[in-house]
Amino acid sequence: MLDVSGLDLHYGDAQALAGVSLHAQAREIVVIVGANGAGKSSLIRTIHGMHRPSAGRITFEGIDIAGQPSHQVVERGIGQVAEGRQVFPNLSVLENLEMGAAPRRARAQEKATLERVFGLFPRLAERRRQAAGTLSGGEQQMLAIGRCLMGQPKLIMLDEPSLGLSPAMTQEVFRVVRQLHADGLTILLVEQNVMASLKLANRAYVLENGRIVLSGTGPELLDNDGVRQAYLGL
Amino acid sequence: MSADPGQFVLTLLQAVAMGLLTGMVYGLMALGLSVIFGVMRVVNFAHGEMMVVGMYLAWLAFDRLGLDPLVSLPAVAAALFVFGYVLQRTVINPFIGLPEHMQFMLLLAVAILLVNACLAIFGPDTHGVQVDYMFDSFNVGPLVLDAVRVYAALVALLIAGLLWLFFTRTRSGKAIRAAADNHVGALVVGLDVKRLYALTFGVGAACVGAAGALMLLIVQVHPFLAIDYTLLAFVIVIVGGLGSMSGALAGGLLIGVSEAVAGVLLQPSLKSVFSFGLLILVLLLRPQGLLARRS
Ligand SMILES: Nc1ncnc2c1ncn2[C@@H]1O[C@H](COP(=O)(O)OP(=O)(O)OP(=O)(O)O)[C@@H](O)[C@H]1O
Ligand SMILES: [Mg+2]
Repeated sequence: MLDVSGLDLHYGDAQALAGVSLHAQAREIVVIVGANGAGKSSLIRTIHGMHRPSAGRITFEGIDIAGQPSHQVVERGIGQVAEGRQVFPNLSVLENLEMGAAPRRARAQEKATLERVFGLFPRLAERRRQAAGTLSGGEQQMLAIGRCLMGQPKLIMLDEPSLGLSPAMTQEVFRVVRQLHADGLTILLVEQNVMASLKLANRAYVLENGRIVLSGTGPELLDNDGVRQAYLGL
Repeated sequence: MSADPGQFVLTLLQAVAMGLLTGMVYGLMALGLSVIFGVMRVVNFAHGEMMVVGMYLAWLAFDRLGLDPLVSLPAVAAALFVFGYVLQRTVINPFIGLPEHMQFMLLLAVAILLVNACLAIFGPDTHGVQVDYMFDSFNVGPLVLDAVRVYAALVALLIAGLLWLFFTRTRSGKAIRAAADNHVGALVVGLDVKRLYALTFGVGAACVGAAGALMLLIVQVHPFLAIDYTLLAFVIVIVGGLGSMSGALAGGLLIGVSEAVAGVLLQPSLKSVFSFGLLILVLLLRPQGLLARRS
């Protein structure tokens, strides 16, 4: 479904991604792990069209989307739950969700999707009139996920969705990820919670200094000594 | 000054009322500036010039087609919308996010081009319109209100209301607010931010164009009004609070009143003294503006 090959990204002179290749098949959970500054968010933003790669290809459902603007990428069915949530603080919860239905493709079923999102996150339904900036961190993360779902993505990229959340909220996030996967979505997950996310992964990659240094199935990486030392402290 | 204190108070009240009416039109003009700045952080230094273009378009419609500015207003606003939209898409967009002095030079250039185009086409003389209700007035208690000002103020209020509906009820309006609220978030959800910016500039230009058509009912137009209006719009949004819609309207009313009252207490040619005095006071005491949401 998603094929990235030989992707390079530069911020000015600084290289953030070097020859990154990865693959996600439909209905897979693909996990990317890596230390702070490894380039995980840069990779997600580049796939999303927020950065223009200096080399490489990004094909989604057979079409090269590298360098296309975000709104076109989203229109094709790639959704992002960004690092730091990126909700619209002064807009109401409902307005935030409405904005999630930015792709035209998603407009026809907007009402039905909204009901589905409220079903998944009853808290959002309760607070629909409230400004998003007044929600707790966990609620904002739910809103960010719900807003992404409003665009009816086929592939959803989540960038550290459990960052800064309580253990209970983190569990809730993982529950939602499993639920979305069960509903047929393809998932690209960046997580600092390496153990929990590798357990979910059909396929996983380790990113270091902008390069993929290791890849395999979730269990394979969980057994890898290097991964155990670097990311699991075992 | 009048010897009779009752008469003096009445004169003052009369000036306040007139100032409020004119101030509504000022408010609409400043609303355009405020919307543009609030969304894309670009200061439109060609704002007064766009106002004057609106006035000339309304004057042309009157002179050639005999149309009342209140009738030609939608067409004038539409023309300015297209102008603003295209200007943003072609010329201003590459400057978004660049240092302010570069944006300043660009918009100053646009301003100079517009003024000189007006000068070349219409000459330096003043032009006005004579509508048949020009000398009508409404009596409200002891006050006598010019019909032209009453109509202009009501229409300005109506347009401000429509703008509010646009920003709170339509998908495009909400999307513009979203992009202003969180630029990254807007990209994340897949809003076409460049299109929204062009739309915003178009809406801001339409506001000032409409304000121009209304202003033509009250004053005569000549090219050199432009710089005054640019300054006036700045004073209003700074007094009201940059980026705040209600602040722009309130600032417009305040400046309208202060000009009118200064005209009574001092003399009409000194009417700006109060406005700038107000500006300095606000900058000293409440630099974020009277109704600003954020500091
Ligand atoms: N917009 C930007 N402009 C310039 N440099 C950037 C930008 N974003 C990230 N970088 C740099 O690129 C490198 C990769 O950053 P990135 O945010 O992609 O890492 P990350 O793996 O997501 O890290 P974290 O776990 O902290 O989120 C870092 O050195 C960072 O400083
Ligand atoms: Mg990151």
